[in-house]
Amino acid sequence: MNHWIIAPIIVPLAAGAALLVLEGAEAHTKRVLSLSATAALLLIALMLLSAAATGEQHTYYVGDWPAPFGIVLVLDRLSALMLVLSAVLACASLLYALAGEDEKQKDFHALFQFQLLGINGAFLTGDLFNLFVFFEILLIASYCLLVYGGGAPRTRAAIHFVVLNLAGSSIFLIALGVIYGTLGSLNMADVAVKAASTDPHDAGLIRTAGLLLFVVFGLKAALVPLGFWLPSAYRSAIAPVACLFAIMTKVGVYAILRVHTLIFADQSTGTYLLAPWLLPLALATLVLGTIGVITASELRATVSYLVVVSVGTLLAAIGLFSRDALIAALLYLSHSTLVTGGLFLLADLIARQRGRDEARLNRPRAVHQPILLGSLFFVGAVAVSGLPPFAGFAAKLYMLKAAQGSAAAPWFWGTVLVSGVLVIASLSRAGSAIFWRTNDSAGEALPAQRCQALSTGILLAAAFLLMVFAAPALDYAEATVEQLLQSSGYIEAVLANRV
Amino acid sequence: MEALFAIVVGGLVACGVYLLLRARTFPVVLGLTLIGYGVNVFLFATGRLVTGSAPLVLPFIDSPPDPLPQALVLTAIVIGFGMTAYLVVLALKAYGQSGSDHVDGGPGE
Repeated sequence: MNHWIIAPIIVPLAAGAALLVLEGAEAHTKRVLSLSATAALLLIALMLLSAAATGEQHTYYVGDWPAPFGIVLVLDRLSALMLVLSAVLACASLLYALAGEDEKQKDFHALFQFQLLGINGAFLTGDLFNLFVFFEILLIASYCLLVYGGGAPRTRAAIHFVVLNLAGSSIFLIALGVIYGTLGSLNMADVAVKAASTDPHDAGLIRTAGLLLFVVFGLKAALVPLGFWLPSAYRSAIAPVACLFAIMTKVGVYAILRVHTLIFADQSTGTYLLAPWLLPLALATLVLGTIGVITASELRATVSYLVVVSVGTLLAAIGLFSRDALIAALLYLSHSTLVTGGLFLLADLIARQRGRDEARLNRPRAVHQPILLGSLFFVGAVAVSGLPPFAGFAAKLYMLKAAQGSAAAPWFWGTVLVSGVLVIASLSRAGSAIFWRTNDSAGEALPAQRCQALSTGILLAAAFLLMVFAAPALDYAEATVEQLLQSSGYIEAVLANRV
Repeated sequence: MEALFAIVVGGLVACGVYLLLRARTFPVVLGLTLIGYGVNVFLFATGRLVTGSAPLVLPFIDSPPDPLPQALVLTAIVIGFGMTAYLVVLALKAYGQSGSDHVDGGPGE
């Protein structure tokens, strides 16, 4: 048993607890502790990635309880990929916060670590109830981080977010109750085995539970009609938090991928419970996000709607439920998470330098460092709208190719392509409004601190590296999809020590 | 008993949804609490309803009760309690900041 599998949960837990104790300590001490814990997390995640890349599904039985009874953590290619993504994003946003935002109020670092604990746990767990618990951990940390910094707009956005998610948690529990009541298990692999051989009399209940879980995960992923909380929440959070939240919608996407390929699917015939639902809803999300991007009057709102667009594109590709489309979706997931995270940081840098006008697009105030921020914005805009030379371009191309021949192809092609054009146009408009159509009234002379520029650069550079190493990334994505579509491997690995 | 049980769960959740849609923070908190009760009672029932059975797993009992739903409900209660407490504080803060108890922070009463 590889004990490192539980490290992505233990490290932030220990660091967060220590940071709570050290609350009165000097800022420097807390920063060093938090940053070193997050850097350690990145190293561990990379190590786990290389362990998972062998193709073996590693399992960790917590307390060494045999499989269907205890909680099991599973490390496969998909969860390792998500761990690395969240660790990279966490390092960058923490680095950005070190410029001073972590000292605005108490306990930023502790909450940040607990948020990572919840995210990593959700990626690793192989148990449905444990998934619920980790969701709640990441949610309670995100509620606190969302209001971090204070102010009425943040409180209002947080109320919507909290109420929606509490209602979502109730639905999650109902789904879990239905699954446990009919199948008598909550271990994902065990549930998958039992659901496949359930008597037809109960099949309706299982389908109900599957769709209820889809509602919950759709709420987390901000799928239409459950995603209206996202723009106000993300634009009102402080930049490092918004950057970290870029992975939160992907937790929902991950849960959909995991649960609905493993349990609520018949892989021998290639039928998926979600097949009639996911694609239309995702395309509607894409349309709504695009409209938001066009109409947004402030750069942070634009970036929030870009998150909606990326979720829509991603879930639309997953909704095709074909091997090639899933490969493209995984590549797009990695790319869009990094880029939207970077854009949140960049929008904050721009807003600071324009003083009172913030990042509004209808004001002519200039930024203090037009060259640095302008080039970062150019790179980010090119990357997020899926233009070459970035991985987003390759991913979208593969998606369009994968849609070829499916009945939904005209819808998919039309929506994705038109949305792409409109996003490019809106971002060009935003860029020219901020960097070109300016008058002489100089903004605040608040040059970007080195750690702020560096963290923004890291995320955009990571997106660029994804293109440079597109071949290995694609190979990894392909192997991941093979593993996802071959759920018997997962089930055998988890139930290997069955009593 | 099953019918009575189902009516109780349904009644709790229905009242909860009604209060949730009132869009004032206090009814919303009460509504979420009621939904939480309904869900917890529902989770209990996943261990099947029996009468006259022992509450504990003891060596001399032939068909012991299923302890897992109780553990699940306990976890759900604790989490729900914490979340509700947070929501109450947040609602008070929003009331202080906007002077309105509407969830959208609308002007006045």
